[in-house]
Amino acid sequence: MLPFQPVLLVTDALVFVLLAVTAVFAWQLRRHEHLRAPWRRVARSRRGMGAAVVLAVFAVIGLLDCLHYNPALPSQKGERVFSTETRSALDALLSKLRAEREKTYSAPLATHLFAKETVERPDGTQVREFPRLRFGGRHLEDPAADWAGDVTRRVLAGLLGGGLAWLVLVLAVCAALARHAGGGLRKAWQRVWAAETDLPWDVVLATMGALCALAGLTIALATGYHVLGTDKTGQDVLYLSLKSIRTGLIIGTLATLIMLPLAVLAGIAAGYFRGWVDDLVQYLYTTLASIPGVLLIAAFVVMMQVFIDTRSDWTLFDTVVKRADWRLVILCAILGITSWTSLARLLRGETLKLREVEFIQAAHAFGVSDWTIITRHLLPNVMHIVLIAVVMDFSGLVLAEAVLSYVGVGVDPATNSFGTMINGARLEMGREPVVWWSLAAAFFFMLVLVLAANLFADAVRDALDPRIRPRRLTPARVAAYLAQLARSRGRGQAA
Amino acid sequence: MIAWLIRRLVYAGLILIGVNLLTFALFFFVNSPEDMARAQLGGKRVTPEAVQKWKQEHGYDRPLLWNGAAEGLRAKATDTIFFDKSVRLFAFQFGTSDQGRDIGFDIRTRMWASLAIALPVFLIGLAAYVTFALLLALFRATAFDTAGVVVCVVLMSVSGLFYIIGGQYLVGKLLNLVPISGYDGGLEAWRFLVLPVAIGVFAGIGSSTRWYRTIFLEEMNRDYVRTARAKGLSERRVLFRHVLQNAMIPILTGVVVAIPLLFIGSLLTEAFFAIPGLGSYTIDAIQGQDFAALRAIVFLGSVLYIAGLILTDLSYTWVDPRVRLT
Repeated sequence: MLPFQPVLLVTDALVFVLLAVTAVFAWQLRRHEHLRAPWRRVARSRRGMGAAVVLAVFAVIGLLDCLHYNPALPSQKGERVFSTETRSALDALLSKLRAEREKTYSAPLATHLFAKETVERPDGTQVREFPRLRFGGRHLEDPAADWAGDVTRRVLAGLLGGGLAWLVLVLAVCAALARHAGGGLRKAWQRVWAAETDLPWDVVLATMGALCALAGLTIALATGYHVLGTDKTGQDVLYLSLKSIRTGLIIGTLATLIMLPLAVLAGIAAGYFRGWVDDLVQYLYTTLASIPGVLLIAAFVVMMQVFIDTRSDWTLFDTVVKRADWRLVILCAILGITSWTSLARLLRGETLKLREVEFIQAAHAFGVSDWTIITRHLLPNVMHIVLIAVVMDFSGLVLAEAVLSYVGVGVDPATNSFGTMINGARLEMGREPVVWWSLAAAFFFMLVLVLAANLFADAVRDALDPRIRPRRLTPARVAAYLAQLARSRGRGQAA
Repeated sequence: MIAWLIRRLVYAGLILIGVNLLTFALFFFVNSPEDMARAQLGGKRVTPEAVQKWKQEHGYDRPLLWNGAAEGLRAKATDTIFFDKSVRLFAFQFGTSDQGRDIGFDIRTRMWASLAIALPVFLIGLAAYVTFALLLALFRATAFDTAGVVVCVVLMSVSGLFYIIGGQYLVGKLLNLVPISGYDGGLEAWRFLVLPVAIGVFAGIGSSTRWYRTIFLEEMNRDYVRTARAKGLSERRVLFRHVLQNAMIPILTGVVVAIPLLFIGSLLTEAFFAIPGLGSYTIDAIQGQDFAALRAIVFLGSVLYIAGLILTDLSYTWVDPRVRLT
């Protein structure tokens, strides 16, 4: 028997569907050389791969936060009772951060509270002073004297640990390269160092090194302090930031994916069938697109809020977590509608062009059914537009979430997200002295996530968009192209 | 030209009908007026009488689409929620908000404050972004260009919220140059406008400069540019006379459509700086769950957007002699 009760929220389910679709897609890629080629170009992009490593770390954190469960409660009579409080695997990993709540604000790595309080001394006198934190720096005897030394020790230990972890990674990569290409570990390392490997392993390992150092540092410090301070209600800001990652990723991916089947179908159908189908689809997306995005989202979200609030007795919405989760799903769908229109328009245009091309005409002449033409011939040829749209939309959606939550039409206030973090902290800059750490944490995490997403999206677009030619024709590029050409020729002759 | 305009206007009318039906369905089929009354009055513990009274006061007590109880065919069709709340929007009769204020009056008085921010941001921004993009295009494939693009990507990865919060903190609080927020009528308003306009321009630098740069580079790969260079024209002349003029077409596509929407203003800027424009009006409507005001703003927004689309097409004839509107 499990010591917990697994919980599958709607967003979790959708994320797993997304994972499954990605896996099927990757499997398809493995089998088809022409599909694989552009992705190899992505994998060779130095900036793209550096960004991909960062995104992968975010994705792992987000996925851990998608494994939800209700922990078991201690019970006497042998019957199993589960808590109604839903937690995730990430919560379990970060249980220390989650549990160690202070009273209110405290600065990063602080040992004392941020606000003065009246404290009663053992001899009965009362003084106004900054009380010690309940958890941050609890292990220090005399914070004034020991703090600097303790933090330095922890920083060094963290860097050392991160460095060791990184060495393991380097060894693993070099071993894999050596096995693949032969020539021993030393040779492999030299090739990585000189950037002579096929894939930019030097960039990947350097990014991993930076992340390992950062992770080591954070872990070493977080065991004794609040690394990024605490917020107004005393919650650890690092914990809140890590929890916000899931929301950002879900908005960024699910918003495009929920509406994707509809957009693809409508766009292709409009371009392929023309006539009244085309008129209808065009009318639909022009109407939707003519309502300014924020206003459409605002109208939808306000009505959805009323809908959920007046039906809180439905089993779908019976717990706070479920309500917040449904709100997130609906928000994704609404955001999807607004991005739906541009994708459908692009697909329609591309299909209009493609349907006049010889191979489609030939398929027609052979009497291939419309459905087969669409799925077998048109869809693979417009897939790059869809993929580019998905990756390009991601960063914009993450940014939009913060703005929408600020305006009051974003995620549920109970959901951790960067928007709710900023929203909660918006008056803190006016305090004296300034409470800057919540905003700084949200800023840092969002910047890293969105920057990585932007860089990766650029790499994907450069590789997938046939209109974009390689900017500089280096000898290496020409050689690679010729080699590829020769390889595909050889395969053609063999067949 | 006239025939084209008439056709465009008819199509615009059709789209507006679609928008209208969509918002009507959204506001009245997803939630009944009952739900809205409860949301306004707060929670479940509202008596049916209070709900009925609220509906009566705000005109939600009639049938949705067809009033069978009314006298005469005309009244049967017009004495309904649909006619009163949706069809009247076409005549720009916005009615009263759920808070009991005249929406039309609010919109007319507040749009000038929105425009006072949005127009300078638009004009200064356009000039600044095109200049930066031209500079990057002039020094393309150099370290300057690469650094510029990197800066652009970093800038566009920062949420607009941080520009506003950071700008307010730096300029308003630390340097104490201008008031942090507020608004004043007349010429005195400039003190309140400088900071939001500057932040608005700055927030757009990253994405816009990068976008214009792409447009310029795309134009620079064309044959006529090669011809111009082959003629021996200086790089500056090629860039300013040939590339810039031809790049106007894609630039106009994105720019002209935004002009009418300047009246709506920016939700975020106005909320942060407490500017009494339409953006903050919208936010108030959202936070106060004022459905009537929200419907009016959504409708107004789409009218302005469609006007922008028509303007865009008209502007093509002005910059591109090949375009004929027939």
